[in-house]
Amino acid sequence: MSDPNRRPPRIDARDWLEPLPAATRFSFRGSPEAAAAASRALGVELSQVACRANAVGERAALWLGPDEQLLIGAESDAGAMREGLVAALGDTPHSLVDISHRQVAFAVKGAHAEWLLQSGCPLDLDIGQFPVGMCTRTVFLKSEIVLWRTAPDTFRLEVWRSFADYVASLLAEAAIELSA
Amino acid sequence: MLIIDCPYCGPRPEPEFTHGGEAHIARPADPSQATDQQWLEFLYLRKNTRGVFAERWRHARGCGRFFNALRDTTTDQFLATYRAGQKPPAVPVGGER
Repeated sequence: MSDPNRRPPRIDARDWLEPLPAATRFSFRGSPEAAAAASRALGVELSQVACRANAVGERAALWLGPDEQLLIGAESDAGAMREGLVAALGDTPHSLVDISHRQVAFAVKGAHAEWLLQSGCPLDLDIGQFPVGMCTRTVFLKSEIVLWRTAPDTFRLEVWRSFADYVASLLAEAAIELSA
Repeated sequence: MLIIDCPYCGPRPEPEFTHGGEAHIARPADPSQATDQQWLEFLYLRKNTRGVFAERWRHARGCGRFFNALRDTTTDQFLATYRAGQKPPAVPVGGER
């Protein structure tokens, strides 16, 4: 019998899973006209193509749904992003919600990044199916995540704060196989 | 695992989706004039089709959108998916087996 008190190994600062610094996040919803206004305010094009992310500097816009985008920026950029968006959107019908503290981000990187995520994500993450710049909301086992491939061997993983330990611990558990 | 073709995101794995019951059920056009029988049919009565069935599905852990699908309830095969508001595409009765 295995020890019932056994805990999954804690995450340490190994080179494949890196907690990313706090960030500013907005959930944006609106028509293509509102998205165009937000694009001008941010200096980042809000993609109208499904599952594509655009980034300029630290600002990024991730397509999550036909009228839904996740806007990410540096933590110190919160005020400037909000003011710019509010001014540009004006009376255009839209929804803009600050969700900076709802979720946390990890970088999953290295030659095994794809393999590690594939241990819990049913989506095909092969570079041919999930190229650099593709982003989507999906699942990691029982948890909802947002995945964004920022480089061939690097993914940004956004997960709700209370699920972060669950996801990170299961990634760490999958990584045990790599050290075997 | 079933691969379901989301009309917005393309082919995606089944755990991202939730089932939304029978499709194409119209709310009574003039609710205040609808009879109890019409409300009963709108709210509660659903078909239990054996074969090709139009259903609502939601890409809940993806783009979040509801869409419609034609699914064969005997084989669990998805014959077509289409956006909400569109008419179901023509599929041979019984579908491809």
